[in-house]
Amino acid sequence: MTNAISLDRVRDPAFTRIVQERSGQDITTCYQCGNCTAGCPAGFVYDRQVNQIMRGIQLGLKDQVLSSNSIWFCLSCSMCTLRCPNEIDVAAVMETLRHMAREEGHVTVPRVEKFWFSFLDTVRAFGRSYEIGTMALYMLRSLRLTTDLDLAPTALKRHKLPFLPHIAHHQGAQAACRIFERYRKRAKAKGVRP
Amino acid sequence: MKIAYYPGCSQEGSALDYGKSTGAVCAALGIRLDEIPGWNCCGSSPAHSVDSELSGALCVRNLDLAAREKADVVTTPCPSCLSNLRMAWHRMRNDAYRDSVNGLLDEPAAGELPEAISVMQLIGRLRDAEELATYVKKPLTGLRIAAYYGCLMSRPAKIMDFGDPENPTLMESLLAACGAEMVDFPLKTVCCGAAFGIPERPLTAKNSGRILELATKMGVDAIAVACPLCQMNLDLRQKQAAKAEDAHFEMPILYFTQLMGLAFNIAPEHLGLDQLCVSARSIVQRIDANAPNGGGA
Repeated sequence: MTNAISLDRVRDPAFTRIVQERSGQDITTCYQCGNCTAGCPAGFVYDRQVNQIMRGIQLGLKDQVLSSNSIWFCLSCSMCTLRCPNEIDVAAVMETLRHMAREEGHVTVPRVEKFWFSFLDTVRAFGRSYEIGTMALYMLRSLRLTTDLDLAPTALKRHKLPFLPHIAHHQGAQAACRIFERYRKRAKAKGVRP
Repeated sequence: MKIAYYPGCSQEGSALDYGKSTGAVCAALGIRLDEIPGWNCCGSSPAHSVDSELSGALCVRNLDLAAREKADVVTTPCPSCLSNLRMAWHRMRNDAYRDSVNGLLDEPAAGELPEAISVMQLIGRLRDAEELATYVKKPLTGLRIAAYYGCLMSRPAKIMDFGDPENPTLMESLLAACGAEMVDFPLKTVCCGAAFGIPERPLTAKNSGRILELATKMGVDAIAVACPLCQMNLDLRQKQAAKAEDAHFEMPILYFTQLMGLAFNIAPEHLGLDQLCVSARSIVQRIDANAPNGGGA
């Protein structure tokens, strides 16, 4: 049997169990109707469609699932969840996969994570998000220095980008910062990049 | 009823006009909003994508502050804030989650946290169509409007409790009460591409482009929105969307509160209409012409 492909070599049954436990979803009930994929507005940039991701979880194809770009481009719009005939919260499964991929240090589309960090850095600093700050940090982190420059003149003219950050008053900024510090400590203890 | 107001960061930044028009419309309706003192960002999608408990703690701090102010309900205009606040509120019933979130806060949250609802729901609950009509000075008669809710306002259905998750109709009721002709817009809850305009432009341009294209083909005069990110994708990014669809759009994108405000005869500058990228001047002129005395603010 020299040509046989051994699924056992790539399958990780523990992966199926962990995804189910962490997402709280019974993924074994997925029978590949494809409703999730049909309704997904981001499918056209995915390397694996949502129904393929679900099948991959059932089969325990951990590496293939966690290295897919789809989990990073998911818009979290929950159309998949809504249309699943077996009431699987597919969007919650995708979110669980993002968390697990980060824990494994497996970030297939780093610029998406860089955008999140850029946004969250401003929240940690001011207690409120700060749009110009987010953009500047993102451009530096991703080295995509011309991101949305075409929008800048209109955005400034229409007062859509206040220059100064709004700082949460009544100690709100400090309290938010402390939430981040405690979270970071916790994440580091688990070995996850905060 | 004490209503705690959670404006959300966008309403102090890129969506000042949404904040302004929300305040103006609620004031006109005699609905008092008490801003939560010292509120912080809910963390939006980045926080929950990174960690559910980080997102939970950022949200629960705000709900807890509202509880301390003895608020009966928290209200926010932004669907993303709403989604995060409601998700945290639901999850706090789970003991393990609650303990974990409390561990990230300065002190454990109050036992009973107020529920968060959208400003749209608040208006709908406090003023029925008949009452709303009594506030209308310049009806929106003759304007064909598509209501676009975006994906977060009504989903996940169990968390958001916003009526039919694919076909909510509250915005139509409110604007119809103001005299507008509301079309049945099939893409009303299909995602606009969210915040991916920055890290993956095609994802947002294509999805927003589809929405703009359909609205244009349906011959509507404007799209009414309820989300600061949807508004930005459809308005500020309208040219990017047109490029993705190889089309040309000239579609005004107004917050539903701006349209209600115009019907209540609130001056456009108090509704932030000058902040729209695609001009709504023609809309304002047509509404002015609907005034019983033949126009003029």
